[in-house]
Amino acid sequence: MSALETIERNEEGFLVHPADWTKELAVEIAQEEGLDELSEAHWKVIEFARANAESSGASPTLRQITNGAGVPTKELFKLFPKGPAKKVAKISGLGKPEGCV
Amino acid sequence: MSEDRHIAFICSKGDLDMAYPALVMGWAALGNGIDVTIFFTFWGMDIINKKRQAHLELSPITKTSMKMSMMGLPTGNLGIPNILSIIPGMTAFTSWFMKKKIKDVGAPPVGEYLEMLIDGGAKLYACKMSVDMFGLSMDDFVDGVEAIVTAGDFMDMTDGAQIIFI
Repeated sequence: MSALETIERNEEGFLVHPADWTKELAVEIAQEEGLDELSEAHWKVIEFARANAESSGASPTLRQITNGAGVPTKELFKLFPKGPAKKVAKISGLGKPEGCV
Repeated sequence: MSEDRHIAFICSKGDLDMAYPALVMGWAALGNGIDVTIFFTFWGMDIINKKRQAHLELSPITKTSMKMSMMGLPTGNLGIPNILSIIPGMTAFTSWFMKKKIKDVGAPPVGEYLEMLIDGGAKLYACKMSVDMFGLSMDDFVDGVEAIVTAGDFMDMTDGAQIIFI
């Protein structure tokens, strides 16, 4: 049984309790989102998102990620194709990004 | 959300305040995995025009929602009198003011925002008839604009898309 099955998630698949998050869960959620493997570049984004959420209390927007983690927009969309805003938040165990940019 | 959702914006205005709706919504769409196409026509071509992009303006005239109270004056619902709008420098002032408001919420200037959309995979096109009317060519546009296309081409490429006219 996968670890993910025992975790409480909302109807869109976001973790209800960010504290439940572990790296293993991130890998499983990423697979659900079509990312077979999480590279070092993925982890850099995920770790930035987690740290940002911890300090600000909100899931970071894409622009906060590109500026803060130093990942160019093009690369961010390549790392998390088809919807990086939701994918990064979901895999990082956070809620939807709060903010429009 | 359907897997192949596609949203298309038609940008027909070159005012500073009319450049942002497609940028904000287009960026949100890309972030949510929705394909984005933007068609620039008539004055909206200023948004992709190298010489104009950084100089989009906002005139206070006919902007009935732009109240003096936005500038911190205790004037309640009093608008900027149209007669003041004709004073040289008023448009520059209101443009500066709006750019400051935009910056304050963390939104980038038009050029940088558009680059983000291009890098995120948005497809940008200029309107053939407008290009001919204004005597423009691809050389006048910023990098990332894919092509100059006809209205018919736009209809073909947005088959099944949701279309928003701005």
